[in-house]
Amino acid sequence: MEEQHGHIGGTRTYVIVWAALIALTATTIFVAGMHLGRFSILTALVIASIKASLVLWFFMHLKYEKRLFKVMFLVPIATLTVILGLTFLDIWFR
Amino acid sequence: MNEHRDYLGAKIGMWLFLFTEILLFGGLFLIYSVYRAVHHEEFHAAAKELSTTLGAINTGVLLTSSLTMALAIAALRQGKRNASIICQSITILFGIAFLVNKYFEWSGHIHQGIYPNSPELLSRGHGEILFFGLYYVMTGLHGLHVIAGVLLIGIMLSFTLEGSISGDKFNRLENTGLYWHLVDVIWIYLFPLFYLIT
Repeated sequence: MEEQHGHIGGTRTYVIVWAALIALTATTIFVAGMHLGRFSILTALVIASIKASLVLWFFMHLKYEKRLFKVMFLVPIATLTVILGLTFLDIWFR
Repeated sequence: MNEHRDYLGAKIGMWLFLFTEILLFGGLFLIYSVYRAVHHEEFHAAAKELSTTLGAINTGVLLTSSLTMALAIAALRQGKRNASIICQSITILFGIAFLVNKYFEWSGHIHQGIYPNSPELLSRGHGEILFFGLYYVMTGLHGLHVIAGVLLIGIMLSFTLEGSISGDKFNRLENTGLYWHLVDVIWIYLFPLFYLIT
């Protein structure tokens, strides 16, 4: 049973991850208030990505999945990165 | 008769569907980032009209609902059916709370005359029109996903009550959880991009 369906995190892990997510939300609001200029978008996106990774890794069980799922997940992320990158090459160097 | 179940296949199918969702919202994020790069100042001015407090409350609500969803699945797998039923119900309530908050937020803007194609909005610059257009489309599409998620969890709750979802048949609940968490992930990006750029 456990062999087929894999392991998942316990209550304790989930609560810690949730606390980290709330703390990161407070951090991103605090940093946004500091008016860091062009760095504010960078920090906001980095913090959002850390939060998204925590949700994907623990709540969505990617940590406990077979390698197939982790590799599969890279496909849409790589696709988006390429699309965004090529678009901004156009915007910046037009 | 032997019941055929493909646990792994169902989960791969769900992830593939989630990838199409990521690309759907990814397209909108692409439009947002290009227009923001072009209309930098006006995006900042327009974002000042959004309430960071309301956005932060909704972020907390969705993050907590993700926790209760994850706990609902963990509880069911440990055979704690009642705990799972309670966690699923709380998740639904959080989803509804998010939508109620969103309703008040949207009606606040609409009362101020800011809605797509409104005379007030059209009198402003291109950047502000684009910002609020994207705001309504992106949070609106996200809101539709929250509604779909709440309905799905409601159906899973009825399955759990009736017994067709249980400790060794939690596949559908887990896939619903994946959907709910993805809705949360999308909001994690929407929140700083719309509420925190002042």
